[in-house]
Amino acid sequence: MSVLLIAEHNNKEVRPFTLNAITAASQMDGDVHVLLIGNNCGDVAKLLSEMPAVKKVLHAEAPHYENYLAENFAPLVVKVSENYSHIVSSANTFGKNLMPRIAAHLDISQVSDITKVISADTFIRPIYAGNAFATVKSTDTKKCITIRPTSFEPCETSGGSAPIEKIEATEEFTLSKFIKREEVKSDRPELGTARIVVSGGRGMQNGENFKLITDIADKLNAAIGASRAAVDAGYISNEHQVGQTGKVVVPDLYIAVGISGAIQHLAGMKESKIIVAINKDGEAPIFSVADYGLEADLFEALPQFLEELNKLNSIQK
Amino acid sequence: MKILVAVKRVIDYNVQVRVKEDGTGVVTDNVKMSSNPPDDNAIEEAVKIKEAGKATEIIAITVGEEKSQETVRKALAVGADRGILIKTEGTVEPLAVAKALQKIVEKEKPDLVFMGKQAIDDDCNQTGQMLSALLNWPQATFASKIEIKDRTLEVTREIDEGLETIEVNLPAIVTCDLRLNEPRYASLPNIMKSKKKPLEILTAADLGVDITPRVQQIKVEEPPKRKAGIKVASVAELVSKLKNEAKVI
Repeated sequence: MSVLLIAEHNNKEVRPFTLNAITAASQMDGDVHVLLIGNNCGDVAKLLSEMPAVKKVLHAEAPHYENYLAENFAPLVVKVSENYSHIVSSANTFGKNLMPRIAAHLDISQVSDITKVISADTFIRPIYAGNAFATVKSTDTKKCITIRPTSFEPCETSGGSAPIEKIEATEEFTLSKFIKREEVKSDRPELGTARIVVSGGRGMQNGENFKLITDIADKLNAAIGASRAAVDAGYISNEHQVGQTGKVVVPDLYIAVGISGAIQHLAGMKESKIIVAINKDGEAPIFSVADYGLEADLFEALPQFLEELNKLNSIQK
Repeated sequence: MKILVAVKRVIDYNVQVRVKEDGTGVVTDNVKMSSNPPDDNAIEEAVKIKEAGKATEIIAITVGEEKSQETVRKALAVGADRGILIKTEGTVEPLAVAKALQKIVEKEKPDLVFMGKQAIDDDCNQTGQMLSALLNWPQATFASKIEIKDRTLEVTREIDEGLETIEVNLPAIVTCDLRLNEPRYASLPNIMKSKKKPLEILTAADLGVDITPRVQQIKVEEPPKRKAGIKVASVAELVSKLKNEAKVI
């Protein structure tokens, strides 16, 4: 049996977490087929076929696949799933929205957000905001799995030549309609894959003060993160939120500024290689996970930090 | 319009969860339990819709052990009209919860089903999507804004790239984000009144639903501990450490 991997893309490019999902899928079974569902997405089919870990690309096109509505995607996945032992996608908002709909149609108890593949039916996944890790074994004949992208390396993207097989589209689900998507365009690295993340919390006090974070992020070529408190307060938009109900990040360097370190925030960043905490409250829980803690007023520390960075001869990119 | 709101009793979000020494799960004895936070947003939204005169009845439902009645009572205190507990023992997976909810939906025929986008205990993020699949209804997940139109709902969803707006026909399932609204506290008189509101208790067997787990939990472990870090005295020292010791910048 083979693994069916559902590609996430924007009809032009493969979204980066698809690469991590392909790696995870290939650890379940070497025969990974990628299902590409979209509209005018021939270029994406080609990109996927060039990935050495991909053995076949199944390509379905229809206008109603343009905006990835789960109601339109799920029936096609169900139809294709017959010959597969595993159905896999990444546990980001794309996969979280889609996979349970597929699993319920197939009467499968899904395993969400795995961080490790032990064998074809046994996986490790975090529970309770990452305060515990459960080893679980699926007893369903077929498995529906979402994978935590930051726990798997991205796969190679060139050197392969998998066949592309066109498959028929399923009917449109007419009770749901896409209206619009408001994407924040940015030249910065994506939060989920950035090497360095600089995050601000409630201590930033307002949205304008995030400029202090932006300046440092620009200097370090870093992504900008935020605690839920900062997003709730309207300092910054939702796609920056790091934590249990936001994004999980595992950068080489995570700089937490004015973030107290609630369990729910730690869940999204405590696997980072190096953690820096800047906070004026020396008792803040963030210091318990920080490799380097600086007890200071961020409004003094951040300008100094930028000044010190400017003094360096070189900064890694 | 009738709204069904599904809620769950979980370990309180402020509790530092501990793994049991024998690796069979996490410690729940003498641990504070509360309603799952985004489920509070789900109840709040239903109550706001009723207050705006757009809904006539709110039913709060949970699937869980006897004590989960507390969570339904809390929903009743905040404004739900009646409650249902589907009494179970042990682990109930999202698929089983969705099947139980499906039976109730078929009986109660609500126009809308609300629930939190994810439970903060198992972090599965599945039940709402599964229920909409079983019913073949539209799904609006991770909702941070809801606008009721005539027989449709316009929902703003929080996605990785930013925000997405979709329109779904009723009946529909909506899973709620923490930013959907600000849940209210129940007043003491309302808590007293909620004790008189009807709460029906059923079992999975009554509904004819098989809730046997399909995923075996082999063991539960603590996450690897981070080694203790150091406090630096100045920004200059911090930058020097990052450059020369950690070698990350």
